[in-house]
Amino acid sequence: MAVAHRPSVLVSLALISSVLGLGAALFAYTAGWFSPRRLTPGKVVAAFSPPNDTAVLGHRRNHAKGICFTGVFEANGAGSELSKAAVFVRGQYPVLGRFNLATPNPNAPDATVRVRGLGIQISTPDGQEWRSAMIDPPVFTVSTPQAFYGLLLASGSNDPNAMKAFTAAHPEFAKFADWAKNAPWTGSYAEERFNSLDSFVFVDGSGAERAVRWSLLPAAQPAAVSPDELAERGPNFLEQEIAQRVASEPQRWTMVVTVANPGDPTADPTEAWPPDRRTLEVGTLVAQHVQAERDGPCRDINFDPTVLPSGIRTSDDPFPAARSSAYAKSYDLRTAEAEDYPRAETGAKP
Amino acid sequence: VTSRHIRFTVWQRVLHWLMAACILAMLFIGVGMVSTIKPIYLTLVSIHKPLGIAILVLALIRLALRLRYGAPPLPANLPEPMKLAAEGSHYALYALMIAMPLLGWGMLSAAEYPVVLFRGWHLPAILPQSDSLHTRLWNAHFYLAFAFFALILLHVAAALFHALVRRDGVFEAMAPVSIGGEVAPAE
Repeated sequence: MAVAHRPSVLVSLALISSVLGLGAALFAYTAGWFSPRRLTPGKVVAAFSPPNDTAVLGHRRNHAKGICFTGVFEANGAGSELSKAAVFVRGQYPVLGRFNLATPNPNAPDATVRVRGLGIQISTPDGQEWRSAMIDPPVFTVSTPQAFYGLLLASGSNDPNAMKAFTAAHPEFAKFADWAKNAPWTGSYAEERFNSLDSFVFVDGSGAERAVRWSLLPAAQPAAVSPDELAERGPNFLEQEIAQRVASEPQRWTMVVTVANPGDPTADPTEAWPPDRRTLEVGTLVAQHVQAERDGPCRDINFDPTVLPSGIRTSDDPFPAARSSAYAKSYDLRTAEAEDYPRAETGAKP
Repeated sequence: VTSRHIRFTVWQRVLHWLMAACILAMLFIGVGMVSTIKPIYLTLVSIHKPLGIAILVLALIRLALRLRYGAPPLPANLPEPMKLAAEGSHYALYALMIAMPLLGWGMLSAAEYPVVLFRGWHLPAILPQSDSLHTRLWNAHFYLAFAFFALILLHVAAALFHALVRRDGVFEAMAPVSIGGEVAPAE
């Protein structure tokens, strides 16, 4: 019997081995182990900070410098026409937020960082959340996540021609560069307009869908402050200023939703929509209390822009998915490094 | 011995093959989603969470069925190390089927992520927010996923070994359809 079966046993063992090999290979392929060029969240996050930079440990890998706030979103009810999300039903909903600077360095002096950001999380009684991370330029830097990775590599490169080559290959960058060069700076987070830039889709009660972008327009009158002036006020002036300003009086921003016309570019955040597009004021963000990040409630919140309530969904804009993926990676890294950014109450050095 | 006694009950077999598909999909979705920043990332994540909870529910039902109906005995002539490996790996598979979804759910809870099953339908947090907990659960979820996949490969290898080489009826006990007529007598 053994003699008669030996070939078939060999064939069987070969078959078993190939099933295992194929299974393992498919798994490895899916994990990207055969695709060294695949753009992973790890690569994007690593491109933000120089290797072995201990200053970043425990902090967000971008927008690393920031300060927490709490407050409310006062919905005026108008947004319900566009979205069935509970957050647009007239009422007040708790907000957890974070003012921040778009830098991988948590200790960067304020005057060295051009882009400012605002992350918010609005919670509604139905248990849903809307998280959004906005910045103050009117357009994004580049059209695709791949190009954004290229921008990170070029701006971190030692090659003096790297940025020149990058901007030549990505002419859309000129719109952002023009803003960065010419738009006035302000001396307060409270005077900034923050924009979603990415488009999303609002779904109304009847199921109708509209592509939208949103912005937070400051109630405070912006006053131009040059970077030199800002530098003179100190490296951490913005956090001190917003803490004092909110302590003396809650600060407000009007949330304005802009609705795209059919055919408007929704997949490219470097393409502003024409100024005549319909806008709708849907409510007011009120910052009521400011807390230092180290022990603050925003510290361990990932302002992932794809955490959306029913009634808002992502559009064909590729950035929110890329941001979600990279933010999660950043979150996993920094929460694992919490000892390097100790909480004050756990016996940290001042 | 009739075929009814040497095979798992029909619901055990249905659950086994349904869960095999779910768990394999889950593991591939898992390693795929953490390695891409493309829009498919969001699709994969939105499948990963409800599918994980579905696997948890199915695994608990399956555990109850296993406790109620047991399993057909292994062939008497199966070498002792193989018997031990079979029993040990089955304990490990059950443990992973139940632990992996709980680790994932706990990890999301500790990170204050909403655990959204379907649009607007979410589960409560099962743990308080904690960066150290999140890190430990994340590591466990990540590394156990690879251990799970390796164990499944071993399980498949053993099943095929029983089916093709030993032909001892062990594979047929869980086969989706009765192929008992082709089983060679164990020697």
